[in-house]
Amino acid sequence: MYPIVRKEVFSPVTFLWEVRDPDMAKAAKPGQFLMVRHKETGERIPLTIADFDMEQGTITVVIQAVGKDTREMMEFKEGDSLLNFVGPLGIPSHVENFGTVVMVGGGLGVAPIFPQLRAFKEAGNKTISIIGFRSRDLIFWEDKFRKYSDELIITTDDGSFGEKGLVTNPLKRVLEEIKVDLVVAIGPLIMMKVCSDVTKPFGVKTIVSLNSIMVDGTGMCGSCRVTVGGEMKFACVDGPDFDGHQVDFDELMMRQRRFEKFEKKSLELYEHECQLTKKHGI
Amino acid sequence: MPAHEEARDLGGIMSEKKTIKTIQPTRTPIPEQPAEVRRTNFEEVALGYRDAHAADESRRCLQCPKPLCVPGCPVGIDIPAFIKAVEEGDFKKAYVILTDANLLPAICGRVCPQETQCEAGCIVGKKLEPVAIGRLERFVGDMALKNRWVEIPRITPNGKKVAIVGSGPAGLTCAADLAKAGCEVVIYEALHVPGGVLMYGIPEFRLPKEIVQQEIDTLRKMGVKIEVDRIIGKIFTIPELIHERGFDAVFVGTGAGFPKFMGIPGESLNGVLSSNEFLTRANLMKAYEFPKYDTPVDMGENVAVIGCGNTAMDAARIALRLGAKNVYIVYRRSEKESPARIEELHHAMEEGVQFHWLTAPVALHGENGWVARMENIKMELGEPDDSGRRRPVPKEGSNYFLDVDTVIYALGTKANPIIAQTTPGLNLNKWGYIEVDSDTQMTSYPGVFAGGDIVTGSATVILAMGAGRRAAAGILSYLKLN
Repeated sequence: MYPIVRKEVFSPVTFLWEVRDPDMAKAAKPGQFLMVRHKETGERIPLTIADFDMEQGTITVVIQAVGKDTREMMEFKEGDSLLNFVGPLGIPSHVENFGTVVMVGGGLGVAPIFPQLRAFKEAGNKTISIIGFRSRDLIFWEDKFRKYSDELIITTDDGSFGEKGLVTNPLKRVLEEIKVDLVVAIGPLIMMKVCSDVTKPFGVKTIVSLNSIMVDGTGMCGSCRVTVGGEMKFACVDGPDFDGHQVDFDELMMRQRRFEKFEKKSLELYEHECQLTKKHGI
Repeated sequence: MPAHEEARDLGGIMSEKKTIKTIQPTRTPIPEQPAEVRRTNFEEVALGYRDAHAADESRRCLQCPKPLCVPGCPVGIDIPAFIKAVEEGDFKKAYVILTDANLLPAICGRVCPQETQCEAGCIVGKKLEPVAIGRLERFVGDMALKNRWVEIPRITPNGKKVAIVGSGPAGLTCAADLAKAGCEVVIYEALHVPGGVLMYGIPEFRLPKEIVQQEIDTLRKMGVKIEVDRIIGKIFTIPELIHERGFDAVFVGTGAGFPKFMGIPGESLNGVLSSNEFLTRANLMKAYEFPKYDTPVDMGENVAVIGCGNTAMDAARIALRLGAKNVYIVYRRSEKESPARIEELHHAMEEGVQFHWLTAPVALHGENGWVARMENIKMELGEPDDSGRRRPVPKEGSNYFLDVDTVIYALGTKANPIIAQTTPGLNLNKWGYIEVDSDTQMTSYPGVFAGGDIVTGSATVILAMGAGRRAAAGILSYLKLN
C-alpha cells in the first residue's frame, strides 16, 4: 500500500497527491509515468510523474477528476493509501544542453512538464516556459515555474490572468523573435497537435508526451499504440516522448474515444449513487 | 496374435492382472458444462473427475516397467507411481509424488498439452485411447487444494539470496525449488497480482483464478516473498539487484508478452486490439463484470480472432461469453496445422466459434474510425516450411469481405524490451530473446539466469516450468550449493 502524504486541491476538478514510495522516488526521472489503481475494482490509470523527491521518498502526481475513478480518487484524503502504484515507466526524457528550450504546458500538462523544465535548466539551457490555464483560479505552480524559467509566460483562456488566449500565440511569437533549439509541449492532444503545427514551419524540433489509453503500462497490451513517422509505436515502452512532427494526432484522438460509451455509463452510475448517498445519507 | 506376444510387442506392458485387452478401452469422460450453457457463463468448462471417475481411469494405467509417458513430461513426473497411488485410493501419496516434480498440479492438469507430451507416449495409447493423465493430475491437485494438503518441506537456510523477475510459471517453479534448497527468495512482479499468464492470460473458465492463488499461497508458506507492482529494469535494474540489493543470483522469467501485429492497413482503427489486451481486460481486470469493475472491454457483435493457438481459442470463447453474435477464427493454415490443444479446439467448435481455415487477412476497412470489414484472401498449402508445416500460399483473386466490428490479434508475442534495455552485457538472439546455456539456463551475464517465453518465445506453461526448474538447479550449482 502506498500512503498519500500530502494532498492539495487546485480546483474543483484538479488535485495533487504526494505519495510515499521511496524506491520509485529514487528511480524516477523526468518524462516518466506511473500506473495507479486506487481500489480492487478500479482501473489501472496512467499518470505522468509531476515531481519526485528522493529525500522525502515521495512521488507527486496531479490529477484531473474527469471520470469515475479519478473522481473517487479525489475523495481520498491525506493518510489514505493507494492499492497499487507502479513505476517509473517509459523512457526518460532526453535532457542535455541544447541552448534555448521552450516548455509549453497546457492545463494538466503543466504539472508533468515541470520536472523536465528543472532538468533542462540544470543542464544549462536557457528556459522559456509558457503555461496555459482556462482561468485565473485554476493556476498552480507559478512559483515553481518562475524559479527555473528565464522567462515565464502565463496564458488564460478567459484573460483573467496573464495573456488572454491559447499557449500557441506566445509560442509563435517567441519562435519569431528568437532562435529556439527545442520545444517541449505537454497537454491535451489537441494542444500538442497545434503546438507541433506552429513549430513545424520554423523547423524547431518539438517533443510531445503521449498519455494514451493503457492497461498494464509495460508493453504487454498494445492499447497505447500510436503511429509515429508511419510506424506503430507503443507509448508505454517506446515513449511517452515522441517527435511531435511525426505523430499522427488525428488517429490518436480517434483512438482516445474507444471507451467513450463505457466511460459515460460508469460516470452516470457513479453520479446516481452519489445522489442516492446524499439523499438518504448512507 | 496370442495375448502374451502382444504384450511383448508393446514393451512388456502386462502387469499381474491387467493387459491391454482387459482394461476399459476408452478414457473415462470428464463431466463438462453443456456447450449451450457454458457459452453464457465464465465458470469452469470441465468440472473434473469425481473419486469414481478417477478410480476407473487409474485402473487403465498398465504400470509399464519402461513407461514412455515420463520422458514426455517436461518436468519428469513419476506418472505411473502417482496413478498407482490414485488406484490404491491413497490420494495424499499421489499428491506427494506429483509435487515432488511439479509444484502446481492443479494448474498443469488443466493447461498442459498432454496429447503432445505424456499422453502422446502412453503405451496404452498405441492401441486404445491413452490414459487421461492430465485429468488424473488435476483430480489429485484439486483434492489437495480442497483438503489444504500442503507439502512444506523442512527448509534449512543456506544464506543465499535470489531474486526472481516475474511470477509466471517459470518464476514460480524456480522460486519453489530454490526455497526448498534453503535460499531466501524474493519474486518481483510487474502487475498487481502474481501468476503472470496464469492470471492475465488464461481465462477463468479454463483455469479458475482462485486455484492459481491457492497454489501461489503454498509458495508463500515456504517463505517466498512476493513483491507486486515492481518492474525490474525500471524501479531496480538487474545490476542494482546484484550490486546494491544483495542478491547472489537473479532469475529472469518475464515472459515474452509483447503483442504482434501484422502491419496490414487498418490496424490502428478502433475495435482492433491484441489478444493480450483483450485477455488482460477480461481476465485480470474482470471487464466481464463491468460496471462492477471499472475496466471496460470494447467488443462488438461480430468478432474476428486472427490466429489459431490456445490464446486465440481463449479470446474467441471469451468473446462468446461476453455476448458476441458471431465469433470467427481466421487462420492461414488448416485445422491439421492448428497449434491449439485439441481439447480447446473442440470446446470452441462446440460453443459455436466459426472457423475460416486457409484464410489470411489482407486489410481492415473502417467507417468513422471504427473497423467495419475485414478483407481476407484464401490460401492453399504449398511446400513444407522451416517448421515442417506446409507453407500457406495466397490464392490470387480469392479476396472476400467479412463484416466485423472487433478484430483481435492472437499471433503470438515478441520479447518485451525492458530488461534488455537496462541490463548491459545481457546477450540476446536476433529476435530479442535472452540467450542462455541450455543446461544451466545461465545468461551471458554471470549470476543471471533466464527461462520461459523470454528465452524460447511463446510456448507453454509446462515448458516454462521445466526451464524454471533447470534454472534453479543451475543457480544452486552457481552458488555451489549442490
